[in-house]
Amino acid sequence: MIALDDVSIALAPGECVALIGESGSGKTTLLRSFNRMVDPDDGRVLLDGADTRRLDPVMLRRRVGYVPQDGGLMPHWRIRRNVELVPRLRGMADSNARANEALRLAGLDPDRFAERWPRELSGGQRQRAAIARALAARPTVLLLDEPFGALDAITRGDLRLSFRDLRRELPITTVLVTHDLGEAIELADRIAVMRAGRIEQVATAADLVAHPATEYCANLLRRSGVGRG
Amino acid sequence: MRSVLVAMALIASVGPMALNGKVQPRIVADSRGLPGVRSTFVVHESEKQPQISADRRRLSCAVSAFICGNLRLSLLLQLPMQNLRLPLQVQVQNPRPPVVVASKPFGESYILSEMFAQILEARGLTVTRRRGLGATEIAFGAIKSGAADVYPEYTGTGLLAILGDQPMTDAAAVFARVARETHARFGARWLPPLGFENTYAMAVRRGMADSMRLSTLSDLARVAPRLRAGFTPDFVGRADGLPGLTQAYALHLRAVHSLLPAIKYQALVKGEVDVIDGYSTDGLIARYDLVVLRDDRHFFPPYEAAALVSGKLERDEPAAIAALTELSGRLDVARMRALNKRVEVDGEDIARVAADALRDLGLVGGVQPATARQRASDVSLGSYLYRQRGTVLSLTARHLLLVAISLIAAIVVAVPLGLALERTRRSAESIIRVVGLLQTIPSIALLAFMIPLLGIGIVPALVALFLYSLYPIVRNTYTGVRDADTGAVDAAQALGMTPLQLLRDVRLPLAAPVIMAGIRTAAVIDVGTATLAAFIGAGGLGDPIVAGLALNDTRMILSGAIPAALLALAVDGGLALVERAVHPGGVSPAR
Repeated sequence: MIALDDVSIALAPGECVALIGESGSGKTTLLRSFNRMVDPDDGRVLLDGADTRRLDPVMLRRRVGYVPQDGGLMPHWRIRRNVELVPRLRGMADSNARANEALRLAGLDPDRFAERWPRELSGGQRQRAAIARALAARPTVLLLDEPFGALDAITRGDLRLSFRDLRRELPITTVLVTHDLGEAIELADRIAVMRAGRIEQVATAADLVAHPATEYCANLLRRSGVGRG
Repeated sequence: MRSVLVAMALIASVGPMALNGKVQPRIVADSRGLPGVRSTFVVHESEKQPQISADRRRLSCAVSAFICGNLRLSLLLQLPMQNLRLPLQVQVQNPRPPVVVASKPFGESYILSEMFAQILEARGLTVTRRRGLGATEIAFGAIKSGAADVYPEYTGTGLLAILGDQPMTDAAAVFARVARETHARFGARWLPPLGFENTYAMAVRRGMADSMRLSTLSDLARVAPRLRAGFTPDFVGRADGLPGLTQAYALHLRAVHSLLPAIKYQALVKGEVDVIDGYSTDGLIARYDLVVLRDDRHFFPPYEAAALVSGKLERDEPAAIAALTELSGRLDVARMRALNKRVEVDGEDIARVAADALRDLGLVGGVQPATARQRASDVSLGSYLYRQRGTVLSLTARHLLLVAISLIAAIVVAVPLGLALERTRRSAESIIRVVGLLQTIPSIALLAFMIPLLGIGIVPALVALFLYSLYPIVRNTYTGVRDADTGAVDAAQALGMTPLQLLRDVRLPLAAPVIMAGIRTAAVIDVGTATLAAFIGAGGLGDPIVAGLALNDTRMILSGAIPAALLALAVDGGLALVERAVHPGGVSPAR
């Protein structure tokens, strides 16, 4: 079985690209090939011009932020320890200060939240903590796998707003996997529509709405209530 | 190499050391064996032998079995345990090893074994008592391997169970054949018979015998389809037991229940079963007024009692052979039945009964002590347990030691094994199933397998307990690590943890409660299984249970069973605290 086939996409520094598509379209597989959680049989992933296959996967991952849908916080660690994870792995002396700053960036007051257990936080707060953890070591790339997918609509809205503010403050190259076109339009500079392991179209939100390249893209726009039909 | 050095250092720091091989361990008159009421086993008034070290219990524990691999070179670590009642002790060094006197787990075997022990002591030999060894395979296995030196056996059993020959009817011919063949094949020696036969005695209630007009086994066969039998597992299985009997008499019973010797008489009297396999010298046959059916087709071979001694003893201790032979031909059926009755029915102390018998036979001197005989059942259970507290405490300590050593060894092996299996998931289930298969081996069988390799005593018991502990720990480690919060594990990996960090900092802590639960299960199973260690001479709380079952003494059974149950609760409770302590803080509310 082939999960991805003939996919090519380039991100400019500081750009946010959304990967959108149905379940099984390959968007998560593509995302995970960026931090070598998945290795392609054929093809290359370049980071700052360097082939990631030449890099030690562990070292690569420490430079790439990652936020899964369920947050993936270590349930046996307090929030501070969770957020300090990557700075500590990278041997940074100021991991405590970095954790505080990252928590603030993600919209959590360190004084209130740093010493809590993950289970003591709400779903939205946990996702903020997960974002803080991904940012604490200032990664070159940030990977988000449906980061707001499991939240209720109001919380999701709050987090999207915070995330936009955050990106304005901290323009990190970002790949966002989502199945929500509205979210992609709101947060991403460009949108890549994926279907059955291929990219149907990569375009800015405006271009996509104005000129859907394929019938599938047009349908997607229509179904999401964004299109013209 | 390093592990050997560690073991050496450990031993040096503890003190007494013995090499299991050329250098003999220090000789200690072992007071273990029959604990409980009949606590006078070791201290015999008449003996000139000093009892100084008698109460000093030594627990030899083989740290080496897993460290060195080579059991012959294994280092035995001896941990001295003070007996609470005798604070002042002096150690006696004896250049010669003690004569290990064993028995099987029933009353007559205990009595004869004690008589062997006392006459050996009266002739100046040092004796270690290892009573209640589980079955013929274990007792004879111990003789074969030299782990025990002598125990009372019956020629018919020797012929059929040990040699595996066809039944024969002439007593003299049986003895001649058994003596010749046992020596030729196994190097063990039968001493001349003691003078009485103890054959199987098919017993029924008198009322039923009268109403159905039963007096012979042929009569029994006539009505058998209406009867329920309660036979010992041994009898049900062996060729000279039920299978042969069925053939010889065309005996077809309605039902056959497997009953332990201790409860078959009660089951018969209460009418739960209609016929049992007694021994012709059993004291309980007279007590319950049972009718023994005549073997009119002479199916059962002669079962003459005799001392069966190891080749090693015959070679090294002619004095012991001479002392034991003094008993040959001296015990008749009537006397043996009377001795059995005093122990099994009247609840008298075995040591006293044996001493009386030897004195009556003129084999040892002295006068009967004037102290009143008191039956164990005459005192309340509470005061009985209180009186036995010293014994119970040291047995409990030994029991705990058995459990602790085997459990720690099992953790050391099973946790890494579970982790390794998690990495190779494809083969994991089948390997875990093989480990689970160990669990299904009956403990007596497992212990019997081990005698040729490990002898009797604490080492085979530890190995058996170790094997029984593996499964729950391996299984829980494997599933615990496999199912540990997959989201967290994935994120930790995606954020750059090395596999080792992932295991140490995430997967193990998250799996810890599940692993602890497995350890807890293993520990509780261990506490129960360790009572079976008594069958192989390893001591612990199984000693009074096995002895009590053999002697029909409920109090004695309870003096082992109650502490064992309490110990299981305590171990479970203690480990529950550990489980809570290792519970990852944020996972569930720590109350």
